[in-house]
This record gives sequence, structure tokens and C-alpha cells, in this order.
Amino acid sequence: MRAVGRSVPRIEDPALLVGKGRYVDDIALPGTLHAAFVRSASAHARIAAIDTAAAAGMPGVHAVLTAADLRPVLRSLRLPLGASPTSSENSSTPFVLNGHEAAYVGEPIALVVADTRYEAEDAAGAVFVDYEPLPVVADARRAVEAGTPAVRTELASNLLNRMMVAFGDVDEAFAKATHVVADELWQHRGCGHPLEGRGVLAETRPDGGLCVWSSTQMPHDLFHTLAGMLGLDENCLRVVTPDVGGGFGPKYCIYPEELAVPAAALLLGRNVKWIEDRRENFLSAVQERDQYWSLEVATDGDGRILGMRGRLIHDQGAYAPKAVNLPYNSASAVTGPYVVPAFAVEVLIAHTNKVPVSSVRGAGYPQAAFAMERMIDLVAARLGIDRVAVRARNLIPPEKMPYTKPLKARSGAGIVYDSGDYPACQAEALAAAGWHDFPRRQAEALAQGRHLGIGIANAVKGTGRGPFESGVVRVAPSGRVSVFTGATAMGQGLATALAQICADELGVRPEEVGVIAGDTAFAQFGLGGFASRQLVTAGSSVHIAAKAVAAKAIRAASTMLDLPEAELELAGGEVRGRGGSNRGISLAEIATRLRGAPGYAFPAEIEPGLEASIQWKTDALAYANACHVAEVEVDIETGHVGVSHYIALHDSGRLINPMIVDGQIKGGIAHGIGNALYELMGYDEEGQPLTTTFADYLLVTAPELPRFETLYRETPSPINPLGAKGVGEAGTIPAAAAIISAVEDALRPFGVRISQTPVTPEFLFNLISKARAKQRAEREMPA
Amino acid sequence: MNARSIALTVNGRPVNGTADVRTTLADFLRHSLRLTGTHLGCEHGVCGACTVLVDGASVRSCLMLAVQAEGAHVRTIEGLAGPDGELHPLQTAFRDKHGLQCGFCTPGMLMTLVEFLEENPDPAEAEIRDAISGNICRCTGYESIVAAALQAAAEIRERRR
Ligand code: FES
Ligand code: FES
Repeated sequence: MRAVGRSVPRIEDPALLVGKGRYVDDIALPGTLHAAFVRSASAHARIAAIDTAAAAGMPGVHAVLTAADLRPVLRSLRLPLGASPTSSENSSTPFVLNGHEAAYVGEPIALVVADTRYEAEDAAGAVFVDYEPLPVVADARRAVEAGTPAVRTELASNLLNRMMVAFGDVDEAFAKATHVVADELWQHRGCGHPLEGRGVLAETRPDGGLCVWSSTQMPHDLFHTLAGMLGLDENCLRVVTPDVGGGFGPKYCIYPEELAVPAAALLLGRNVKWIEDRRENFLSAVQERDQYWSLEVATDGDGRILGMRGRLIHDQGAYAPKAVNLPYNSASAVTGPYVVPAFAVEVLIAHTNKVPVSSVRGAGYPQAAFAMERMIDLVAARLGIDRVAVRARNLIPPEKMPYTKPLKARSGAGIVYDSGDYPACQAEALAAAGWHDFPRRQAEALAQGRHLGIGIANAVKGTGRGPFESGVVRVAPSGRVSVFTGATAMGQGLATALAQICADELGVRPEEVGVIAGDTAFAQFGLGGFASRQLVTAGSSVHIAAKAVAAKAIRAASTMLDLPEAELELAGGEVRGRGGSNRGISLAEIATRLRGAPGYAFPAEIEPGLEASIQWKTDALAYANACHVAEVEVDIETGHVGVSHYIALHDSGRLINPMIVDGQIKGGIAHGIGNALYELMGYDEEGQPLTTTFADYLLVTAPELPRFETLYRETPSPINPLGAKGVGEAGTIPAAAAIISAVEDALRPFGVRISQTPVTPEFLFNLISKARAKQRAEREMPA
Repeated sequence: MNARSIALTVNGRPVNGTADVRTTLADFLRHSLRLTGTHLGCEHGVCGACTVLVDGASVRSCLMLAVQAEGAHVRTIEGLAGPDGELHPLQTAFRDKHGLQCGFCTPGMLMTLVEFLEENPDPAEAEIRDAISGNICRCTGYESIVAAALQAAAEIRERRR
């Protein structure tokens, strides 16, 4: 039975279920020292002095290192731009350690290395930093106003970048519009919060090199960054991603700590480990935080969209560790699954004195979906047309697939939606949700004083970002089948999916395939985990490589058995004659022969080794789409929102492992519900973080969630050999929009409009109170 | 260092060790005993990843000192499968129902549910959700964990008959 398409149990699970996972902090090397960081307590200050004397004298302390101490082993104190083709630094990339001017609370200033983590943390608390306060800018909108002080004195302006994302003649569209609706939206996405924080272990090697384990989504990027920054011979460096306790975006960046810890190891000639605690994660792992949108939508009399224009201010935080693709994603994705003939959104990327911003699951797309779906609900409300009818009128019809948006993706290729039937997806989701019956249920509930609401959101997500991902398939002389890839496993089940793909081509079972992902010693090339890309890209490479290995095994067996290739088949780990012939040769024997033996003859016209290495390349994206319908009940006395039903329909192309896909989608929905109702990374006006524990920053827990009803359509993507589309982020993208649409619907009797996430009970309570007071005043007003 | 020697039982085996008085039980298990199956997700008592059983009751091992476990019976994820390696019904059910993705919350979830199912062998779905309300999972959306707990409960009841 073929493994692809079936919910085979995960090959990751047996170890994880008995406590035998190996996350970075589980790796114990002899003689390891432990690091703790001294972090800025001020959101913006000149650092006048750092006094390390007291800390250096504390028990167990080996070194207290500042920027000046690390400088001799670093090419620069400034990180190069991450995940970029050029890898050079600029005036917005972060510092490995910052000894001169702190720009956010949590910025690393110094590093203590001690015998134990306890002692390192004690001493970090005893490092005295003399801060001279500088003006703080905590709000991105204020950051771009004229006259606002710079968030770093080296900057001439807080405006990191300004770009126009546009197509069509938007002025003409608005000139001929029957209706124009406008709104201001604020969207907050919060933090990634994988349950395992970041962590780095640097082992010094006898050849003067390093082996570095990091809880990262980007081992190859880290490898090249370390080689460049530390001036290490690439042959003396290895970066390994061990088991990772979740990624969700923040581990897509290369961080100062990932440079400082290996640098300290080189400097001290000792193994050094740093394990982030949760407070540090709040203070220094990237967040996605805030976008402020001002949007206008022009329609004809039937709610058909003619054009869309506006402005987006993106809070970038204090630094930009990577190129700022995220707000571009937001702006270029906002029109989503809809036909929008003309579009113009100006994007302003603003530095603030807060934790740097990069991707969190969805990376700009959830904001895009939220903005669009909220605007469509507004069009429906203003024009008095049903919400789903407005959507149906504007969705890209299936006959227009593949559909080109007149915009460019990062690769420079056009944005081409490859496949899918969006109207059918919406119709199917609505039927499953009992949408058309809902007004009756809503009215009945209202008669009993209960406020139910239903909401809908559509979304598309470009997945499988290139340019390539590596896939090597090898059969060892033992018969062991292995897959090596530069893709990075961070808990999704990547190993299982790749094993399934490989197993089918080689006629073995998935559990017989070993997968090593994200280890630079095993995969020369790799890009890593981001943009829902790995199953599509690494999966395609593994698929082609495994086919090549199978073909080679048959070719070799043909020589060895002296049978024509056409009479041979590969099954159960051996090549044998078709139709019950008893002649066969195992993959192990073939691999052993192809290993060669000193001086002996080698099969003619066959290259050594039973393996193949493929880097399947792409610059197109496979577009997954979704329609979510949420039902909520709002307690108007407390502002509490309960999610009572949730239907999610996804077209994620061909499903390799439906169980894993369903897990990704449901986890993603939970994340999006958290964004809608709970997750808020608070700062005060001085840039001081207000939420630095899980007691202040709320992650959704089991009782808040209903059972999710998930439905799948499988429109194969024509642009990759698997027909697959990525699923890592798809569940999150429309979720907040669907929930807020439902909350607003529940509050229809009060006529309120909601244009933000998250909505806390306090926010809703105030909104409802104000609306009720207004209604009372209107009633009491003499006619 | 203000070290004390401590004696306790971990997964049925007597253990004698020394621990600084401020060392948490979690760090003692993980780093002194090398039982790294117990995970730390927050180190401030909210996420539940570090949950172990101490004398049969679930405890956040990041909030308990190792010296407080003197004389106690501690059970961790490493002690959940039988001596012959046979998986606990919860472990089997987590695999069947895809109750784990990254696996980081899993040890805490399992130990919380072990205690819960011992006391509530026939739980309703909502009761299971309440039982794990102190355990954060960022990956799964919890539904598969709840389904796994229901499957394990049925299996445990079956075995008791
Ligand atoms: S680590 Fe103990 S509760 Fe989070
Ligand atoms: S499986 Fe990753 S946190 Fe639960």
C-alpha cells in the first residue's frame, strides 16, 4: 500500500512519547559552561559605562564579556542581514552585543559565562550598566511624524522604508464608484511563543572549529553567518538543528545570541550553552506586533469591488534582522482571493524602541486577510447586501485560474494563483456551517437574551517558497534508507512526510526510512523552515531523488542479475523479477556492490553509491486557500466571547499525510483565535514591556476552544510534482478575521464596528457600554 | 553552593544525590539525573510542561525545590511505559490521535492526564479540557490531545474490567 495520502503514524513520535527527544538543552557535553545575558533595562539610552567587576568576582564565573571583549573574534559587531542574498550589514541590522546605545528593553549588552546557569544568572544581575536616557518612541504612527526623535541616534529617520504597492488605475476606479467605504484598522499579532524557547550550544573542536546546536528554523543561514562573522573555515564548522520545540516564525531569524555564544566558546576555548528563559523570549525573540491600516474600498451599486487604496504603517521595532518582506507580504496579499481591478497601498515601515519585528506564523498574511475581510463586511453593511453575497460576487471564479495578480513576488516572478475553486469552497463551508439557518438560531437566542454571531473569512496563501530545498536519498550498504535535507523539522512532522514520499518510490515502509533534517554535515545546501514551504520544496526534491535511486537500483540489478530492466520491479526492499520470478537482489546488496571493493571490477556504466541528490527549483508559489466560518456567543454584561462552533475548509492541494495536515490546520486556527481574543504584547509609553509572563500574556488553552470541524478539498497544484500546497500557516490566516466578523455580528443590536485585534473583554465591555448609553440617550430624546 | 544530600525514589528506583538548596526539582531531574524528558516551557509555573507526579499528585517541577522532594516518590515521563517498554495507553493514544507535534508540551500533558484518568476513568470531553487547562500547547489546538485522552480512558476502563 502506498504511504502518500494516508495518515501513517509519525516516525517522530516513539522517541518523543517516552522522554527520549533531544532538544538543545537535553544535550549534555562534558565541561560545558553556561551563559546568561545582561539585557537593557531601558528602551532607549546611551550606555555610559558597564561595570563588570563585581560580577566577575562572583562564584563560578569564568568571564563577563562585553562587545569590546567579543570584538577580536568577530568580523563585525553588527549582524549581516539575515536570509538575504548579499549578507551584508546595514544601519538597521542588530548588534551581537551592544555596548554603546540600547534601543529596546531586552537588547543584549553583555554575556556572563559561569559553571552553572544559576551562577551565570546571579552574576548577570550584578553587572552594573550606567544608562543615560534618550527619548523613547513606542508608537509606530508617531515614529513617522516629522520632528519625532530617532529611535537610534545613528538614524536620520525612523522611516526604514516606504514603498508603493499598486496596480491598475485606482483614481479612475474611485471616480466612477457608486459607493466608497473607509476604515482605520489596528492589528496586533503578538509573539510566536514556541513552547521551547531559543537555545544555543557551541562545542569547541580540536581543529579550532565549532559544532553549534541551535533551536532554529535556519541552520544553513546560521552556518554561513557564523562562518563569515567568526572567520571560520567552513570545513571546521557544523550547525545542527536538534529536536525543536516549535518554531512559529521567531526561529526564522539569526539572533545576536547565536553569534555571541559561539564567539564566547572560541574566546574561552570551552563549550558554552545558553538556554533562553520565557522572560527573555518576551524581551528579545522577534514579535510581529502592530500594523495600522487606513483603507478605502470603491464599489459599484452591487458591491462589486472597483478599487482599493490606503496606507499601512508597519511597526518594525528597533532593528530589522531581515529584509522587510513582511509588510510587503501584507500589502501584496491584501486583495486575497478577490478580483480587485485597481489597487494602491502605501507602506511605511517604522522603527520604534521595541523588540525587533519579523515573522510569526502567517507573516503578514493574517493582517492582509483581516483588513480585506473586515472591509468586505463593511461594504456589506453599508450597502445592505448579505456578507456572503458580497464575497461571492468578488471571488476569483474558477474559470479564471491560473489567475495573475499584477504584482511581483520576492523572487521577481509574477503572483500567479495556480489552482483552486474559491466560490465552491465558500459554498461548501457555508453549507457545513448551517449559515443560511443561522439567522433563525440567532433570533431565537436573542429572544432569550443571548447574543450569538456568525462570521466568515476567506484567505489565500502562497506556499512552497523557493528557490529550492535540498533532498538527498541514500541507501547504505546495511540497506538503511536515509533522507537528508536542508529543510528543518520543528515539530510539524516533516520527517514522516518525507519518509512517506521516499518510501513509496523505494518500495519500503515509512518507518524504515531515516530522515536527517537541518544538519549542515549531512546536507550541503539548505534554506530552512519558513513560508509553509518545506513539504512542497523538500518533498519535491526527495520525490525526484527517490525515483532516481529506484531507477538506479533497477539498472544496477539488471546488470547484476543479467535480466532486462523491464522485467524487474522494486518492492519490499529488493529488486526482483516480475511475475513471481524467484531471482532477486536486496537494496542492501546493491548498495554494497555500488560501494566498490579495492581493485575489484565495478558494474559498467553505473556510478558508485546508491544515492541521488536533487535540489528541485521553483520561483512560483503554490497557492492554498481556505474559508473559515466561526460562531460565537458574546456575554454583553462582561464582554466575554465564547467560540461555540468553528468550520474550516481548506484546499491544500494533494495531502501527503491527512492527519498531519489536520494537526497543522487546527493548531493554526487556535493560534488565530489567540490573536483575535487573547494575545497582546503590551508596552507602556516608555517602551517598557508590560506582559512578560504567561500569566500576563494569554495563550489560548483547551477549555476556550470548541471542536473544530475541518473539511478538505484537494485541488492538486500544477506547479510541483507532488501537487502539494503548504499548510503550516493556512489555518491561522483567516481565523482572526472570522472571529471578529462573528463578534461584530453578535453585537448587531448595538450597531458597533470592530476594526482591531485583539478584542479583550474589557474592550468589548466598553464598546457595548458606549453603544447602550447612546441608544438610551436616543430613546430618551424628546421627538 | 549550599548543597544538601537528598534521597528520593524516581520512577521506582532509589536515588541519592546532592542538590544546591535552590535547585528546582526540574533542574535536578534534567541535569543531575539526566532525565531530560521533563521539559521547561516557562519556568514560572504557568505552562505545565514541567509537570511530574510527586507521591501521585501532579506538581510543576519548576516551582518545587529538589530538596523538597526528600523521601518522595517522583514519577516522570521516563517512568510511564512498563519495564518491558510497553507503552502506557495514553502514550499509545497520543500517537494514534496525533496528540503531539513538536512534543515539547507532551511530557507535561501526559503526566497531568495520568493523574486525571486515575481519578476520572470515564471523563467527559469538557472535563478533559478542564484537566489540561493548566497545560499550554502551541502546536495542536488541543483537540487531538482531548481525543487521545478519551481513547486512553476507554482503554484503561477496558483493562480494568
Ligand atoms: S516550566 Fe513549569 S510550569 Fe512552565
Ligand atoms: S506539541 Fe508542541 S507545544 Fe504541544
